[in-house]
Amino acid sequence: MTPARSDDELLARFRNEDRSALARLLSLAENGRAADLLDRIDGLTGRAHVIGVTGSAGVGKSTLVDRLAAALRKRNRTVGVVCVDPSSPFTGGAVLGDRVRMSGLSVDPGIFIRSMSSRGAPGGLARTTGDLIRVLDAFGKGVVIVETVGVGQGEVEIAGMADTVVVLEVPGLGDFIQAIKAGILEIGDLFVVNKADRPGADEVRGHIEGMLEMSNDRSGWRPRVLTTVASQGQGIAELVDAIESHHEHLCRSGSLETRRRDRREAELRRIVQTEFLARLDGELARGGEFAGVVARVREGRLSPHRGAELLLGARRPGPDTAGSRAPT
Amino acid sequence: MISAQKIRVLIAKPGLDGHDRGAKVVARAMRDAGMEVIYTGIRQTPKQIVEATLQEDADCLAISILSGAHGTLIPDILRQLREAKLDDVLVLAGGIIPAEDVSALKAEGVREVFGPGTDTRHVAEFIRENVRKA
Ligand SMILES: Nc1nc2c(ncn2[C@@H]2O[C@H](COP(=O)(O)OP(=O)(O)O)[C@@H](O)[C@H]2O)c(=O)[nH]1
Ligand SMILES: [Mg+2]
Repeated sequence: MTPARSDDELLARFRNEDRSALARLLSLAENGRAADLLDRIDGLTGRAHVIGVTGSAGVGKSTLVDRLAAALRKRNRTVGVVCVDPSSPFTGGAVLGDRVRMSGLSVDPGIFIRSMSSRGAPGGLARTTGDLIRVLDAFGKGVVIVETVGVGQGEVEIAGMADTVVVLEVPGLGDFIQAIKAGILEIGDLFVVNKADRPGADEVRGHIEGMLEMSNDRSGWRPRVLTTVASQGQGIAELVDAIESHHEHLCRSGSLETRRRDRREAELRRIVQTEFLARLDGELARGGEFAGVVARVREGRLSPHRGAELLLGARRPGPDTAGSRAPT
Repeated sequence: MISAQKIRVLIAKPGLDGHDRGAKVVARAMRDAGMEVIYTGIRQTPKQIVEATLQEDADCLAISILSGAHGTLIPDILRQLREAKLDDVLVLAGGIIPAEDVSALKAEGVREVFGPGTDTRHVAEFIRENVRKA
């Protein structure tokens, strides 16, 4: 079978809501082998409400996602879940364990859960998480929930992927100063103090509210702080209400559309960047003009800036720049 | 586009026993062999296991079992895998399975059975050599 034929067949099954076709398309997208297929389903995307759930390891993200998905199902939404876990820096392998907290969901055909490894990417998501969100969106999931890695620092990439960002905190961690540094306060649309069955939840809540007062509203939305006991399902209905009112706010104010356009542009930039570097690597492997430029930069006969200009086609290759240093 | 493919192994623990130390050891060993391991937790029903295998597009399903219920649970999982057209998934079993039951399980579709004390490097090698090639 030619690749195009099998693509057609896969896509037909995907459009027919075949879940194994969805699973296969997610794998192809994860492995960066679905450019044509993603192009062909692009017109089906842009409809799902994308919810990001972030916070340090162990704060209860997976437990909360499990309850959240179940509550959304009760409100007749179909749900896709993408859980990202860290990869091992030594072997590139990973143990993806978020499903352990979601086993009650897995037999509901209205829910589709997919685990993914960060594959070494920083920022709390994998490089292709955005593509997986788009595939679930195109499949027709009304809501797509994304759980970030949860190593605790600098996981702000979710803000560029989600319509609504939920940031989890718990009593007793005392990492507030770190949270400010990592920019977590700026990305949260909703803050959840989970494990409110433990002492100190009100204090944490007050602390976050205090800090939010000092920061600016984003697009007229005032971030809210809620408390939950995810393991017992407490506070989940209120959280779903808050998520829905944030979504309504985004629709009403027009910022939903702005966020989506920003996201598409960011995606374009990401693809150009990866594709260009991949092409550069390919060219280098074959030798030729590109390799010549890189060699001259390596040897100090050309500045990195001028070299980059040459590779990007801004200038025609010329003699070595006068100002560049001789090799040392 | 950069393409990177990893072997995805789903480790499932059907049955009522709550001991998953062995399953966790295997999970870490397969991670250390460079694979992506989806761990689903204890006390999974065959339906949950098959659904998770489908959603995760796993290349290999490793069933860990201690409860002695392999005689009914594993055939049930295999039947549901066939119904879901997941016949190309490599199915392995590990744990305490009496020697006389091994050939019956293999006849049902389990490709290999690994007893306690198997060198995990051997398991990783078996998976690498026997998973479907994309
Ligand atoms: N006491 C308490 N424990 C919780 C609560 N929510 C989650 N947990 C527990 O916290 C641990 C980590 O939860 P998990 O969802 O895996 O956290 P994640 O790493 O952020 O995804 C698990 O043992 C949960 O059962 C809660 O509201 N209260
Ligand atoms: Mg988790």
